[in-house]
Amino acid sequence: MAASKAVMRGPTIIKAEDDKTRQLNPHTLMAFSGEAGDTVQFAEFIQANIKLYSMRNDTELSPAAVSNFVRGELARSLRSRSPYTVNLLLGGLDPVTEEPSLYWVDYLASLAPVPYAAHGYAQYYCLSLLDKHHNPNISLEEGMKLLEMCTDELKRRLPIDYKGVLVKVVTKDGVKEIPFDNDRVARSA
Amino acid sequence: MDKLVAQYSRPQHQNDFYSEAEQQELTEGMPPLSLKFALPPVDNRAAFLRAMTDDHANPSCPIKIAHGTTTLAFRFQGGIIVCTDSRATAGNWIASQTVKKVIPVSRLSRGEDKPSNEPTPGLLGTMAGGAADCQYWLRYLSQQCTLHEIRHKRRITVAAASKILANLTYSYKGYGLSMGTMLAGVTPQEGPALYYIDSDGTRLPGNMFCVGSGQTFAYGVLDANYKYDLTEQEALDLGRRAILAAMHRDAYSGGFINCYHVKEEGWVHHGFDDMNPIFWKTKLDRGEFSNVTSEL
Repeated sequence: MAASKAVMRGPTIIKAEDDKTRQLNPHTLMAFSGEAGDTVQFAEFIQANIKLYSMRNDTELSPAAVSNFVRGELARSLRSRSPYTVNLLLGGLDPVTEEPSLYWVDYLASLAPVPYAAHGYAQYYCLSLLDKHHNPNISLEEGMKLLEMCTDELKRRLPIDYKGVLVKVVTKDGVKEIPFDNDRVARSA
Repeated sequence: MDKLVAQYSRPQHQNDFYSEAEQQELTEGMPPLSLKFALPPVDNRAAFLRAMTDDHANPSCPIKIAHGTTTLAFRFQGGIIVCTDSRATAGNWIASQTVKKVIPVSRLSRGEDKPSNEPTPGLLGTMAGGAADCQYWLRYLSQQCTLHEIRHKRRITVAAASKILANLTYSYKGYGLSMGTMLAGVTPQEGPALYYIDSDGTRLPGNMFCVGSGQTFAYGVLDANYKYDLTEQEALDLGRRAILAAMHRDAYSGGFINCYHVKEEGWVHHGFDDMNPIFWKTKLDRGEFSNVTSEL
């Protein structure tokens, strides 16, 4: 999972090394984007509730369970007086079956299990690339190469500087950050 | 007798279609850029047009313009590849799936009676934005290019042709034209040349352009796999794959993949192929599009 590091308020980048992800439990990571303020509030609310559930029941929720809980909370908030405007990507590994899964959730509380996903303008550039180059059996190395293709394309075509991406990977050993070369120069034709 | 002679003899040149003055007008200088169009009797015509055609803001607007496209063109070692989809939409309605969005410009050397795999000299224009605007103004450009060819006894350069179109769109700026066009051609003066012209009056030479609502998807595939040293076959396949990517993800693109190769001797058509079998072949044989399931 990768998320840009820039925080923008209007025309200004107010932080260039932001982490737009929260770890929900040892094997589930959530990346978020959307309305300023809402994002972190919602992410940490979810984080706390997942932790609470795990402590009460002495069990770890599977990514499927986590994502359905998240969707439920978003759906509830959507019909409230001030809905959370947050788009999410949830990546996780089922600790029992060791099956990886990825969920795409938007602020209207749609939930979709997908092999690859993106939010925001990145969708328009990256999904066609992922359509072409992704297959379910790629290794971590190939995956990082594919991510590099995506960030290269964003550098080439997006008129904003998103200050590079922060990359994290979820494995059966948990979540860890992966160093990523954000200074690569993307050549265009 | 005189009466009879007068009846059956004609003055010289009576059969000539154009009068002296008309011939003068035709042979001297360019026809006026602002042709005479009827305009709506309101103050702000662009705003009026927008109000009548803005499908997004007003779904029951009286005029729906055919929109939405993916077109691409890029230069490579062997010339220029031009590829388009074939869908025309008017609002949410798919108006046609068989639009020819590549328009040959310069009619003199079109030579329709040639065998189809022979290169045809001349330029190619692509069509994105309003279908009527593109067809009409590319036809007009074609006329100008043909006149240029007759007057100067050589084919027009892509730079000059693109400038005619750009000056035209600029002179109509604010009147609500909607077009994003690429002009591609190979001339002895320029070599392979590619220009982007749109209804804002922008005119840009370049190596690679994607135009239309599906442009981002096409750029994604094209940028990642483009090299100048592509072979002809590789370049055609890449162009087709980029259009396919856009047709798959963009609701306003689809239908058939139309491909052209422009080289020194002229342009060659490389098929107008239904996207559906190509999509499934790409998915099943190459394992791409893994988000689409093929099981029932």
